[in-house]
Amino acid sequence: MRQVQYSRTGSANRRAGSRYWRSKSAYLGVIPFFLFTALFLFYPTLNVVIGAFRDQQNRFSTEILFGLLKSDRARQTFFNSLEISAITAIAGAILGALFAWALVTGKPGGIFYRISVALSSVLAQFGGVMLAFAFLATFGFNGVVSSLALKVLPNSFLANSAWLFEMKGLIVVYTFFQIPLMVLVFLPTLENLRPQWREASDSLGGKSLEYWLRIGIPVLTPSFVGAALLLFVNSFSAYATAANLINISSFLLPLQIAEALSSEVGGANPAEAKALALYMVIVVIIVMTLYALLRRRVSKWEQTR
Amino acid sequence: MSASTYVQLVDLSKHFGQVKALDGLTLDIAQGELVALLGPSGCGKTTALRSLAGLQELDRGQVIVDGKDITFQNASKRGMGMVFQAYSLFPHMSARENVEYGLKLRAHKTPAATRKTRSGELLDLVGLATHANHYPHQLSGGQQQRIALARALAISPKVLLLDEPLSALDAKVRTQLREEIRRIQIELGTTTLFVTHDQEEALGIADRVGVMRNGVLEQIATPAELYNSPKTAFVAEFVGLTNQLKVSVSGGSFEILGSKVKTLAGSIGSGSGTALIRPEMFDVKANKNGNAKIISIGFLGALCRLAINLNDGVRIIAQLPSADCSEFTTGSSVELSLSTSGVFVK
Amino acid sequence: MGTDTMKRTWKVQLWRRFIIAIVAFYLLVPLYSMLDFSTKPFGLGNSGRTLASWKIIPSQPDLLIAISRSLITAGIVMLLILFLIVPTVLWVHLKLPALRRPLELICLIPLAIPAIVVVVGIAPLYRWISINLTESPISLAAVYSMLILPYTYRSLSAALDAVDIHTLAEAAKTLGASTFRMMTGVIMPTVRTGIMNGSFIAIALVLGEFTISNILNYKAFQVVVAQIGRANGHVAVAVSLASIIFVLLLLLMVPSKKRQKEVLDVDID
Repeated sequence: MRQVQYSRTGSANRRAGSRYWRSKSAYLGVIPFFLFTALFLFYPTLNVVIGAFRDQQNRFSTEILFGLLKSDRARQTFFNSLEISAITAIAGAILGALFAWALVTGKPGGIFYRISVALSSVLAQFGGVMLAFAFLATFGFNGVVSSLALKVLPNSFLANSAWLFEMKGLIVVYTFFQIPLMVLVFLPTLENLRPQWREASDSLGGKSLEYWLRIGIPVLTPSFVGAALLLFVNSFSAYATAANLINISSFLLPLQIAEALSSEVGGANPAEAKALALYMVIVVIIVMTLYALLRRRVSKWEQTR
Repeated sequence: MSASTYVQLVDLSKHFGQVKALDGLTLDIAQGELVALLGPSGCGKTTALRSLAGLQELDRGQVIVDGKDITFQNASKRGMGMVFQAYSLFPHMSARENVEYGLKLRAHKTPAATRKTRSGELLDLVGLATHANHYPHQLSGGQQQRIALARALAISPKVLLLDEPLSALDAKVRTQLREEIRRIQIELGTTTLFVTHDQEEALGIADRVGVMRNGVLEQIATPAELYNSPKTAFVAEFVGLTNQLKVSVSGGSFEILGSKVKTLAGSIGSGSGTALIRPEMFDVKANKNGNAKIISIGFLGALCRLAINLNDGVRIIAQLPSADCSEFTTGSSVELSLSTSGVFVK
Repeated sequence: MGTDTMKRTWKVQLWRRFIIAIVAFYLLVPLYSMLDFSTKPFGLGNSGRTLASWKIIPSQPDLLIAISRSLITAGIVMLLILFLIVPTVLWVHLKLPALRRPLELICLIPLAIPAIVVVVGIAPLYRWISINLTESPISLAAVYSMLILPYTYRSLSAALDAVDIHTLAEAAKTLGASTFRMMTGVIMPTVRTGIMNGSFIAIALVLGEFTISNILNYKAFQVVVAQIGRANGHVAVAVSLASIIFVLLLLLMVPSKKRQKEVLDVDID
């Protein structure tokens, strides 16, 4: 029998000839995408990161970066942002988790479930402008609740809309879009709570409280904390709502960044904007890293169906 | 109802929408007995098990354990150990912590030292003492089920309930694990209800097997009785292999392949019907002028299976010890006859 | 979650209703207020309902132009998703597994770089674009598609995990399909729900985006709404409410396959 000569495709021939290029031709397919992201994703990122280390004359300098650390105004803004993010993250996480639980224990796939999920998807992306208007319509001048309060409780803070434009008001407003986001992020986790765990706990003699204390809560906690971290980032980087409710630019970090960019207040300072942006990115990256670590821990527990 | 009856399921009924999962199921389990519930998907066996566990409400019927009516008792008070098909280990606890879970609860409160000894015993019993500190995701499917078993046994349950515990495992692991379950059950003397759709599993380890269909028990008997004396056509066909041959019955017997064969109780009285003949009931002898021809030979280790064509065109499967098959080859002509004490005819 | 018996416990049901009541109240009051506010007549002291604010909407030229521009922009984002992002993700999954990790990482970058930071870095690029290419806010579609990358990738990734596209691709190839046909006829339909979800999020994002368009001075939808808001609050609120309802209806039309399956699976072994 004649031996059939099979052509070699192994590593011995690696650099030689057209076979090498043919195997690499698949990489051509991803070039358009990478060009696109290079332009619209990497470029702005690098621009900010590098630009933060330059001064007004575009020379390398850490003057602006460190200057901000000393600036009272910048520090106040930064801490305001941290405060509002932390509080609304926790409030949104708790309320959102509870609502998600209420959804999961109801009829799966029922009308209420579907509408709630759809509404959450919409509200989570709820642009800040609409959110601001919604709350102005509620608590602002001539708003529904404030008008009611004027008649019923004229001396309460509800009757006077000023509170809406301070920290208290912002917290209430921000929590509004944190709740649906939490529902969306946390719902899958709740659905992964196997019914067999509850049944196993029951048949071994455990009652509701014990199940939740020993099993439900410990299993859910990493995901819960992870979701809360996401909410934190969401709040920390939000611009639109604040821009439409508040006029003081030094209240929150995103507002200060915007002000540094625009030339309305006499003289744009893009370098400062980039420095501020870099600080924001650092905080976000730290939080997102924690989130990623938590996710990894949770996914080890999840078994494939 | 003998004196040692421990579990009584009386006239259980449950429907889901239009579907009747249980339709008046009645079943006794004696103390220390392992009863298997066998049947196809949807026959209600899991529903029955879960009713006993207290995880499923009933429309009608009673559940009585050790003389007490526990029909309306909460699952957490019934003291039953349950092993699920999959995914039931708590993912955030180690194997040992899983096993000790029942002992930690108020219902069985035991001090830490006692718990450790007990969980150690059980981990030894299932052969996983070295994996005590591993987490579920670090264990294989078979190991997880053994931990689940240890966990259920830790609370010294009144009844051990197994809901298709081996269905999600590989074939070889399945066979090993079912022998281990039986060994442990006998050693501890625990009354056990075992649900499965695999008849080899059920027949292999149970004291008695109940065959279920459409929410009722078709027959409950020892494995041998079930196999040799099926009471209905469904049981005859579901348990073991059968060849279906058209025969004509009269006076409690029929003629086939030159012999007269008795029909089993429950068969049709007279007229034409279908005989359900087991492969090992055939006698196969080499014969140049035989009444049949061998189509193919399958070697199964200790046994061999022959696909044989009768001269009138009917095809059957016969089974012989491997040693007796060596003289045959594909295409050889054979003489086929039947030797059996009774055959079910539907 | 939980057993039959658990779900029926009256205690659980009571807690459920309590929680739903509180959260629903929180979420619905502002929405109701929007409805109420937008149906109030102009000027203080007037009472009664009127659809005047709503009726004005069609006659606001700025608004109509902005809406149509935003819808076109959303369309372009969806095109970018469909023809740039999805094929790339599928291609990498199928042919370049070594690039999977880097791709995933790239698609997650926008989560770490919020819009307000992106706008700082991309301002010079868009200045160039508006001078040399086009002044229209439609050009924002490019950066929007990057913002949406994490969500699109996640939707797609979830769908890919559920379906083994390697096997499908090989089956298609052995049956004689060309690469193109395999991608469009076999692979993409199986990840259809993933793509649909990603696309709807795209529409919601484009219609709701304010940060980048405002700071870069483009007259996008939300920017115009804000502008109107400064002049006439009632109309602005009416427009906002209308867009929420629009996106909500769109989303309700997407059949949720996973949920359907679980409803139909009554396990009665």
